[in-house]
Parts: sequence; structure tokens; C-alpha cells
Amino acid sequence: MTVVSVRDLEVDLGGRRVLEGVNLDVDRGEFVALVGPNGAGKSTLLRSILGVLQPTCGRVSVLDRPPRKARASLGYVPQRHEFAWDFPIDVDHAVLSGRTGLLGVRRRPGVDDWRAVTGALERVGLVDLRRRPVGELSGGQRQRVLVARALAVEPDLLLLDEPYTGLDLPTQELLAGLFAQLAADGHAVVMATHDLLGALTGCSRLVLLDREVVADGAPVELTDPAPWCRTFAVGPAHPLLALIGASPLVSVPERVASVNGGS
Amino acid sequence: MGIADFVRDLFNPDLAFLPKALLMAVMASVVCGVIGCHVVLRGMAFIGDAVAHAVFPGVAVAFVLQGSLVIGGAVAGVITAVLVAVFSQNRRVKEDAVIGVFFVAAFALGIVIISRAPGYAGSLQQFLFGSITGIPDRDLVTVAVTGVVLLSLTFLLHRQFVAVSLDREMARATGLAVFALDLVLYVLVTLAVVISLQTIGNILVLALLITPAATARLLTDRLGVMMLLAPLIGATGAVVGLYVSWTWDWPVGGTIVLVLTAMFLVAWTAAPRHGLLARRRVATPDVHPRAPALAEGAE
Repeated sequence: MTVVSVRDLEVDLGGRRVLEGVNLDVDRGEFVALVGPNGAGKSTLLRSILGVLQPTCGRVSVLDRPPRKARASLGYVPQRHEFAWDFPIDVDHAVLSGRTGLLGVRRRPGVDDWRAVTGALERVGLVDLRRRPVGELSGGQRQRVLVARALAVEPDLLLLDEPYTGLDLPTQELLAGLFAQLAADGHAVVMATHDLLGALTGCSRLVLLDREVVADGAPVELTDPAPWCRTFAVGPAHPLLALIGASPLVSVPERVASVNGGS
Repeated sequence: MGIADFVRDLFNPDLAFLPKALLMAVMASVVCGVIGCHVVLRGMAFIGDAVAHAVFPGVAVAFVLQGSLVIGGAVAGVITAVLVAVFSQNRRVKEDAVIGVFFVAAFALGIVIISRAPGYAGSLQQFLFGSITGIPDRDLVTVAVTGVVLLSLTFLLHRQFVAVSLDREMARATGLAVFALDLVLYVLVTLAVVISLQTIGNILVLALLITPAATARLLTDRLGVMMLLAPLIGATGAVVGLYVSWTWDWPVGGTIVLVLTAMFLVAWTAAPRHGLLARRRVATPDVHPRAPALAEGAE
């Protein structure tokens, strides 16, 4: 079932065309990586789906509604530096703050809200740290707090903006497992990332973005070097092409094949 | 003069202005303490400073027209706050620059206006540095009512303010009216400043907003506790400050601020978890095992 549908999306920011003719459908159970260079429009696409950016042209719908009407279905995980980690608040309340918009001004958080918070904390494995001030958490724990905050609205769609940036490999693996599990449980997960290896090995589908969608498919389908060279402006001898298995010298990495065989 | 004398003076009918000043200072510091928590946590102390100066032309106009200083200051402060909020939506000029433009302009306007008024020098000093005499009963009521309204609004919108302070983009994405909430917070700060002007003066009022909240932040990692501690610290500073000021005939605004500053410095040194002494204690075990090795190396 399609959760997000983007049709002929065109976005101008500050007089510059950032996205052009973007079409994208994401179903439940998919874990999609948006990859592309800086300025390719990854964050812009995420923010358009989120409904905080007004497109110049085209249409975005989330479960057949415009994003502004689908807020309860949207979970957003911004880049880690967007959050005020020095704020005196514990993990519990930071996660609860994700529901502020749902609650409105007059309703106080009730049993359902706290149940959702506990559920989200269980998903990310932070129940034991729920009373800890957010300032005392490690980078990986902070990222999980942001994921839990997004999950606190019990969304159908999870949007992740560069969740791996600045994290070590074990933490990345942990998060990748969590995201894959969330997709397997029926969420649609869309992640903007610069981590190509993580995207190739962990995601069910890759979208190569450079103002427009250059290529879109499962990792095993993206072994043609041309779209990669075009997206990242690299020559045919670049080591990147070995990574994707597109170099004539290297066969498709077994791990990539096995991940996609399993999904 | 001992504390007993101070208490006796408080109930002396010839010194009726003294309990009024005390009540005024305590009310102001409680309101400023609570709202100051949001100011400190959002890193908008400079906005507080701006608003504090921006109310000056309104107070000056009210003084010239013999109107209510509280209402005059509130109008000017709110106009400036709205101007800052609107102009800073333009990303080309950053908010702090916009604030820098408007608050000095407002202050300048206030000085020009008040210089046209009769008895200008004395009243100027009173506005800038505060005074404990000449507080009309009417103002006392205005401050009390305004204070209750401000605190109610702050509690009502608490979760919204927190969500915006934590993460603006996320707040916007979840459907919060971030701009409107910013505006409301600016107006709250403005009114808190205005009701505090009388005793502490325009230049020093920022301390009432920032210092108790900053002190409370040093003492706790819990927002709820911080928002209880800050007004308590502010009120203590107001009472002790007024006592010291009355006893030694020091200027009241300056004395209150110095008492608050002393409390901040004590907290900075001795706070249980984040104070200088606590950090020393935590650091000690790390230093000891290495110290002999370092000493050997040096020799």
C-alpha cells in the first residue's frame, strides 16, 4: 500500500530550482535511501513530504491526503544538531514532546500519550534510560531519542535526515537494524544519507537524486555505472563504482546480493 | 540596623512606600523568574535586553501624559517585539542585528521624549535605576493582575514553548504555530520587564529575567524544578536586596542585582552536579593514578 506519493514535484528555494519533476512512491515495508551530493535536494524532498515547504509545482500526498492533513501519520527525525541537547529535559519528556502538536493547547498528556511514549522507547531500546537528562546521552542514544520522538505519534511514515552522520560503525549497524525492523513492521521508511555503503547494504531501495530522480531501484538493479557517475559527478574509474559492483573489475558484493535476496 | 528594625519599618505607617516596594519587587521577580527560564534556555537573553530598553519610549510618553507607566511601557515593548519578530523573518539580516537596530532606536526615542518633559533629570534617573518611593496603589494592582495573567499563559503554553525551544523545525512539522508562539513569548517577556521597571529600573531589569533562571539552571537538570527555583531565587534576591538597600542606603535596583549575582556565583561554585567544586571532585580520581607517573616523567 502506497504511503507517500510524490508527483511532478518542483521546488524553488531563494529563486533557485532545487527539485524538478520528482516522482516517488513509497509503500509500507520499504526502507528507501535518498542518496546524492550536497545540494541535490535530499532534505528539500524530505521537507516537502513533511509539508513544511510549499512546492512550486506538483503534489505530495501522504495516505492520499496533503501532508498538512496527515501530521499524525508523519514521523520526522531531523539531523541531530537541530535538537537543543543542553535543554534540561529527560528522555521521557523529550519523546513526549513529539506529541505536542497532536495534543493541542488544552489537552494534557494522558494515559494514551504515555503508552505511546513507552512503546516508542521500547522500540528503540531506551526504556532503561527514560529518566536520564538528554544532555548526558551519547550520540547514538541521542539519535535513538529522536527516532523514539518520531515514533511517539505512531506514524505510518518515518522520514530520517542523515541519521548516521557522526556515528561509529557499531552504532550505525544498530540503527540500520532498527530502521529495517520498523520497515518490516509496516512502516514506510525514507532516509536521506551520505553513507552509500549503509544504503546499499541496509536499504531495500535506493533513489539517486540530483535535482531530479536519476535512478530508482533495489541495490542489485543499480549496477549500471552511468547514473552513479552522473549523480556524484565522478569518472568511470572512481572507487565508488567498485562499491556498487558496477566496476568491470569487481563483481557485485555478495552482501548486497544477500540483503536483497532476503527482502 | 538589624532585621527586626527592617521588619518594624515595614509596618510603620509613615514608611508605607516600603512594603509596597517590597511587594512590587517580589511580584516582579517571581514573574521574571518563571518567564526568564524560557529566555535563558532558548538563548534569547539579548532579546530580553532589547525588550527591556524598548519599553522606554512608552514609559516616557506615559510619564509626559501622566498616564499609567505600565500600560505605556507595555505598548512600546510589544510594538518593538512585534517589529523584531516580523523583520527577523527575513533571513538576510539575522535576528540579533534586527534587535540591535530596533532596541537602540527605541531607547533613543525614549530619551528624546523624556527630555521634553518638565523635571527631566530626576525622572530619567528614576526610570533608569529604579526607585522604591512613589509607587501608586493603582500600579500595585496592575502588576498583580498582569503577573497572574502572564504566569497563567506561561503554564498554559508550557509544552508548546518547550517543543519550539527543543527543535523549531520539528515543532513546525508537527503543526505548531511557531511564529505565533515566538510572538507570544516576546510579549510575555515584554510585560514581565514592564512590571519590573518600577523598583529595579530600566537598565538593570535584565538581571531579574536572566540571573535567577541561570542560577536555577546550574542547580538542576529538570525543567520543572528550574521553574520553581528561579522565582524563589528571584524573590529571595528581591527581599534581601531591599533589606540591604534600606539598611545601608544603597540604590535598590543595584543592590538587588548584586545580591542575585552573588547567588549566581555561589551556585556556579557549589552546585551539586555542575558546580566548580563538584567537577573538581569528579575529576580527582582520574588525576591521582596518573600523577606519580607524570612526576617521574618530569624528573
